[in-house]
Order: sequence, then C-alpha cells, then structure tokens
Amino acid sequence: MFEIVEKKFLAPNIVSMDILAPRVANSAKPGQFVIVVADEKGERVPLTICDYDTERGTVKIVIQTIGATTKKIAQLEKGDYLRDFVGPLGRPSDYVNEDLEEVKKRKYLFVAGGVGTAPVYPQAKWFKENGIDVDVIIGAKTKELIILEDKMREVAGNLYVCTDDGSYGFGGMVTAMIEELVENQGKKYDVIVAIGPMIMMKFVCLLTKKYGIKTIVSLNPIMVDGTGMCGACRVNVGGETKFACVDGPEFDGHLVDWDLALQRLAQYKKEEEELAKRGEEKV
Amino acid sequence: MDMFKRVPIAVQDPKERVKNFDEVCLGYTAEEAMAEAKRCLQCKHKPCVGNCPVRIDIPRFIKAIADGEFEQAAHILAEYTALPAVCGRVCPQETQCEEKCVRGIKGEAVSIGKLERFAADWARENNIKVGKTKEKNGFKVAVIGSGPAGITCAGDLAKEGYDVTIFEALHEPGGVLVYGIPEFRLPKESVVKPEIENLKRLGVKIETDVVVGRTVTIDSLLNDEGFHAVFIGSGAGLPKFMGIPGENLNGVFSANEFLTRNNLMKAYREDYDTPIKVGKKVAVIGGGNVAMDAARTALRLGSDVTIVYRRTEKELPARVEEVHHAKEEGVKFEMLTNPVEIIGDENGWVKSIKCIRMELGEPDESGRRRPVPIEGSEFEMEVDTVIMALGTSPNPLIASTTEGLEVDKRGCIIVDENGQTTREGVFAGGDVVTGSATVILAMGAARTAAAGIDKYIKEKYGEKTEA
Repeated sequence: MFEIVEKKFLAPNIVSMDILAPRVANSAKPGQFVIVVADEKGERVPLTICDYDTERGTVKIVIQTIGATTKKIAQLEKGDYLRDFVGPLGRPSDYVNEDLEEVKKRKYLFVAGGVGTAPVYPQAKWFKENGIDVDVIIGAKTKELIILEDKMREVAGNLYVCTDDGSYGFGGMVTAMIEELVENQGKKYDVIVAIGPMIMMKFVCLLTKKYGIKTIVSLNPIMVDGTGMCGACRVNVGGETKFACVDGPEFDGHLVDWDLALQRLAQYKKEEEELAKRGEEKV
Repeated sequence: MDMFKRVPIAVQDPKERVKNFDEVCLGYTAEEAMAEAKRCLQCKHKPCVGNCPVRIDIPRFIKAIADGEFEQAAHILAEYTALPAVCGRVCPQETQCEEKCVRGIKGEAVSIGKLERFAADWARENNIKVGKTKEKNGFKVAVIGSGPAGITCAGDLAKEGYDVTIFEALHEPGGVLVYGIPEFRLPKESVVKPEIENLKRLGVKIETDVVVGRTVTIDSLLNDEGFHAVFIGSGAGLPKFMGIPGENLNGVFSANEFLTRNNLMKAYREDYDTPIKVGKKVAVIGGGNVAMDAARTALRLGSDVTIVYRRTEKELPARVEEVHHAKEEGVKFEMLTNPVEIIGDENGWVKSIKCIRMELGEPDESGRRRPVPIEGSEFEMEVDTVIMALGTSPNPLIASTTEGLEVDKRGCIIVDENGQTTREGVFAGGDVVTGSATVILAMGAARTAAAGIDKYIKEKYGEKTEA
C-alpha cells in the first residue's frame, strides 16, 4: 500500500499526487514511468512521473481523468492509499547515461502537450541541475488546461506557452509554435523531445522531419504488466517490433509507425467505454 | 476391481465446465485414493522415482495413502517438494513418474499425480502443518521472483534458519501459478494462496511491486541492503512472436497478455476493471500447455477456438490430460499447419490467417521430426483473434543491469552445479536458467541452488551471524 501524501488539482480534470514510495523515488530517472493499481479490483495503469524527492521518499504523478480508472484514482484523497505503485519502469532518457560534455554541445527543445507537460518537467529539471539551458514549449487546448507553468519556468531557459484557441500565450498548436521558433525566430535545435498525445507527437515528427531535426518521443501505448511480459505495448520502430515498456518508452520519433501505434491504442476502446458506463451506474 | 485400470476420477461435465472457470478435475475421495494407492506394486527398484525431477519417494507416500495414513503421506511429500498440491495438478506425469510405472506395462499406470494431489489437498483441508524451521542464523537472502523456483528456494532457506525476503515484480505473489495457469486447472484461492501463506508462516517476507533491475538492483541488494546472497528465480516471462506479416494487427495477442488479463487481473469477472478482448473465432498458435490454457480460456469466454500446430498430435508438448480436456470441451485442432501471414481488415483488425500445410521430415536436434511446409498448400482461415503461444524466454532486465552476470546465446543465465552464476553470491534456477520448462524442474533447480546458497554462506561467513 502506498500513501497519497499530497493531492492538488492542476486543472479541472488534471490532478497531481505525491505518493510515498521511497524505493521508486530513489531509482527514478527522467524518461521513466510507473504503473499504478488503485484498489483490489483495479487495472494496472501506466502513468508518467512528474517529479521525485529522494529525501521525502515521494514520487509526484499527474493524472488526467479520461477513463474509469483514472477517475477512480483522482477521487482518492490525501491520506488514502494506492494498492500498488510499481516503478520506475522503462529506460531512462538517453542523455542521462551519455557523456555530459557531449550533451552540453546540443541545443534541446522540449515540446509538451497537455498532460504531457508532467513528464517533460523532470527532464527540463535534469538539464537545469546539470547547468544546461533548454527551451520548452507547453501547449494545451485552452488556458485552463495549461499546467505546471510556474514550475517549468524555474527550470527552462526559454518557456513558450501556446493554446489552440489562443486564450493564452501564442495562439496555435505546438507545431505552429515550433514553426514560429524555427522559421521566423531563427532558432537552431539539435534535438527535439516531444511528449503529449500520440496524435500530437505524430504531427511534431512530420514537421521536424522536414527540418531534419532529430526528435525523441515518449510512447504511451496500452500495457498490462509494464515489465516486458505481455507484449500489448508493441510498436513498430524502424521496421522492428519493440516493446515500449522495456525498449522504450522513448524512441526516435522519425522511425515510429504512427498509424499502427494509433490503431493499436484504440484496441480496447469498446471495453473501456463499457467500464466507464459501469462506473457511472455505480455512482 | 480391475487392477489393470485406474480408479476413475470425478471431473466437471464438459458441457457445464465450458461455462465456468471452476476447477475441471475434482480429485479423489479418501476411499478412491486408497483403492488407487493399492494398485501400486511397491516395486523394489522404484523406476518411477528415477523419473521424478525431485526424486520423491513415490512408493513410500503411496503406501501411506493405501494404509489410510494421509498425514504421513503429506509429511513424506514435504521432504521432497514444497508444492505437492500444485505439482499433482500441473506436472506432466505421463512423461515422468507414470511413464516408468510397472503397472503401466500391462495396464494403466498408477495415478501418481492424482494421489500426490490428494495427499496435499487432504493435509491442507485438515490444517496439517508440514515443514519445521531451524533456529534463525542471522543471514539474509534475497529471492527474486515468487513463482515455483522462488517459493521453493525461499521455503528451503527459511527452514534452514535464513532471513529470506522475496521480491516480486507483479502486485500478487505466485508468478506463473497466478498469472499464467488458469483457475480451472489450478485454483488460486484454495490451492496457490495457502502455499504463499505457508511461506509467510515460515518467516519469509514478500515485497511485491519491486522490479529488480529497475526499482532495485542485485548490486544494491548485496551492497546497500545487507543481503548475503541472492537467488534469481525470475522465470521466462518474455513472449515470443513468429515474425510474420500482420502480427501487430489489432486482435493479435501473446498468450501471456491474454492469460495475464484473465488470471492475474481477473478480467473474466464482471466486478474487476481490466478488459479482455476475445473474438467470435479464435486461432491459438502453438501446442504446449500455455496454448491449451489460452484456448480453453477463450472457449469459456464464449469463442469458437481452433488450435493451430505445426506437427502432429503425437508431438504436442502439452500434458495429455489438457489435450483430452480441451477436446472434450470442443476446442478444434488444425495439425500440421503453420501460419504464414495474418490478414487485417480496412481498420487494422484481424480478419483471417493465412496458413500452410506441413509434413514431418527428418528428426531435428530435439529428436522430433522437423515439420516442413508443403509447397502450394496455403489456405485462409477466417478468424478475428489470434493468440500466440509459442513459448517464452527470460527477461533480459536483470542480466543487463548486473555486471558480470553471464547469459548464454538464448539469454538464459549460466550456472554451475550448485546453481551459482558467474557472480559470486548470486544463484539462479528455474526457467531463467533453462528457458520455459515445467514447474517441477524449476523446483528441482531451486532446491539445488538453496543448498548451494547454504554451503556458500556458511563457508564464507560461518554458521551464524549477529543480525
């Protein structure tokens, strides 16, 4: 059992929780994720790590309530317990294990879409701690869905905020923001890291391919165990089948078969809708 | 009574059992068990024992049952095996103990497995506690994985006085007994759980949700957490795929995924959240126990199921009883058939599977005749779900995060005759060493490694330490 020691809403349907899990907090690195089980009958759901505090032994997770399970988790309060909290899973981001001097030579741009801002935060923070300035774009549909802006500002070199409806910051999607930076402001980037909804990552990759800028994405396919056992998370990268949970979750976005990934994401849609309906009937 | 024939055992009616997940075989009554036990000839040369991977003194425990001394039978079994209720249900007896049974020469072999199960079930139902624990010696051993290997190694060491902690990656202990083997073959609450409880009673601590190689490492266990030795019993969890076109279409699952959703996550139950997807027409590829388990699970979820296997019925690696039960329940078999492509519809869902007919050629390394495709014999089978049950290999996570731990070309951890790996103080056993095999073989290897750990620690540190 893992205690929820802090909970707050970042947006109407996005909640942040600090979970007491010292082993996970001690081992977590940028790029990794956790699997959470809410209660006895709950499913295993992969969630991104937003921050970790080795002194307090806590891990911060951010959850957007989209289905029955994420709603169930979001309804828990400070002092409640999650039945299971497993991690950190997946490989850390490549730069974590690279020669720091090599990493310092590159200019990074992070592109965070919606709740994808949460996993970008520990990455930008890692760069800040290592004395490297990175540019960060945060994008969301509308102003109230922009999360973690202040925290991100503390760790980012330049922070650019954009909203699809123009209600806050730059008016347009993250791809328009990238175009603005690269084409109009003459920014040069060696690596772009894009994390957000799969469809966003796909379009970012289409754009950056045109620019010839290496792009890393963090895939969030369906998973059961998250340790390489089930193969539900298989994705095609550069013509090879990979398991996102153990080979990823980060991959070269220009090699990902996006249409297949999007198609596989819809595999349990009907069942998820039924579960959501059942959840509502209970309430 | 006809001494050449086995005492029949009660099973659930096939027509009924395809509608539930309750256990198929109902086990012997005391009278039936005694009658069956009396069929044992009590041979002096005991050929059955030599064919048992853990060398259970089979005639001795059967004699106890024949005499009505059921508790004694359970104690005899406990000398050799930590999981008799499990092995009595899942061991391939027909190729092990029962294969060599002298009764089997002129008639049917003694039902050794069913008698083992009877003794173990009787002991559990009558609250007989087997296994004694020696005084604590203060040494700490970490066991990775809580499947058959981990349970055996932890149990043996706890009885020797060691302070044992099991680290399990999943949220429930039991390994393949919980995520892989279905309820209708191995009941979780009544059979598996008591085995886990028994371990805890011996003082074994179990920490779930710990992925070794990620949450902690072997080095951190040895250097920071004060463990004197580590046993790796993490099994073979990585599913194999065929590498044919269309394998990533929606509706193609590994048997691991399908069975984990159903067994560990209890997706077959309305009150659990995890979904399971199974179509109207299902093809299960493979011929082992896992293929039978997946096929019979799909059947119970309401599908029409065909097993596609590239050799003939004679070569099926599954237990005879499982094949028999699968047939009784209505699973169809396409033998000498191999998939070459999975074909999808316009939305990326499976709509059919293209197969080729096979014939048996010359024997291969395993001694079985190699299946060879018959040119021009391709045909299409209409299915909407394909389940791949082609075997599994060890997860590379531990080997790749532990320096100096050597594996062979199949990714299996290399051990010596004491179960010690190429890293001092690190032992391994079970599927992680052999690749996917049986529960009983994993137990045998774990027992060897437990003895190896005992010897290693005592030679290095002495008989006792201040904890």
